[in-house]
Amino acid sequence: MDDYADHHTPNRARRADPEAMLPIDPDTYVSDAPVSGPAQPIHLQWRYIGLVAAGGTMGTAAREAISLAIPPLAGIPVAIFLINIAGALFLGALLESLARRGPDEARRRTLRLLLGTGFAGGFTTYSALATDTGFLLVGGQLWAGAVYAVVTVVVGAVATLTGIGLAAGHHRRQLAAAGGDR
Amino acid sequence: MTPLLFLALSAAGGIGSVLRLIVDGTIKAHTRTTFPIGTMIINVTGALLLGFVTEIALRDILPDAWRLIIGTGLLGGYTTFSTASFESVRLIQQRRYLSALANSLGMLGLTIAAALTGAALGSLL
Repeated sequence: MDDYADHHTPNRARRADPEAMLPIDPDTYVSDAPVSGPAQPIHLQWRYIGLVAAGGTMGTAAREAISLAIPPLAGIPVAIFLINIAGALFLGALLESLARRGPDEARRRTLRLLLGTGFAGGFTTYSALATDTGFLLVGGQLWAGAVYAVVTVVVGAVATLTGIGLAAGHHRRQLAAAGGDR
Repeated sequence: MTPLLFLALSAAGGIGSVLRLIVDGTIKAHTRTTFPIGTMIINVTGALLLGFVTEIALRDILPDAWRLIIGTGLLGGYTTFSTASFESVRLIQQRRYLSALANSLGMLGLTIAAALTGAALGSLL
């Protein structure tokens, strides 16, 4: 999800003793797990899965609670729209904030998997966006479907950028307050 | 909605999120591209399945409680909008505009087509 920078680590990570040296990219780490072939007992893998499961459960619960509270408007699922926009803003801020604090390890990785991959991932949804739009389109509500879908994607990108900008600004102010001049 | 159904739906979302982690990690380990193909595949397959689940629930083949657990919970947690949006923004920041377009409006079109395909398959039952 965020490893354009650390795309080169998998091979090194695969050879390394997982207990002694953790790879940069936890997703790669997980994919090296015993999906096939002999079991590779890496209990830390279960820790990561547990974090994502916990965050995803909380995010899905929050999504459903909001969906139950806000009814659709003229067939448009306003709740899912707001959820996706808020989730995009949150993920942008979270990932930018974590990246500026240092490499993806230890507590930062825990937060990324729990709140990013888990919570924000479970909170937001693309399948509902696609299915609701599809049913609006075939139901004859062409404009409602097209506007809902395109506005979600465009405003979502703006929200992501806003989240990144907010986190970057916050980080710069913290550095300035600490007397840093970078 | 009963509290038990709410809990089951939420837990299914947790399982869906773990599936996303595993599918994305597996795809990344087996591809060399820097295009975020993992999220694309996840969202397209999730939309296909949700279209199917929604259609068979509309036809009373699947009880509504199961539509909520599998559709809203599992597939809602499996697919993600926030990561897709973040990846599109990253592609824009890297000036890979064509990839960004494919990852945003391209993904939108593909997932809608997938959802309608799933619904069409469901209507064959």
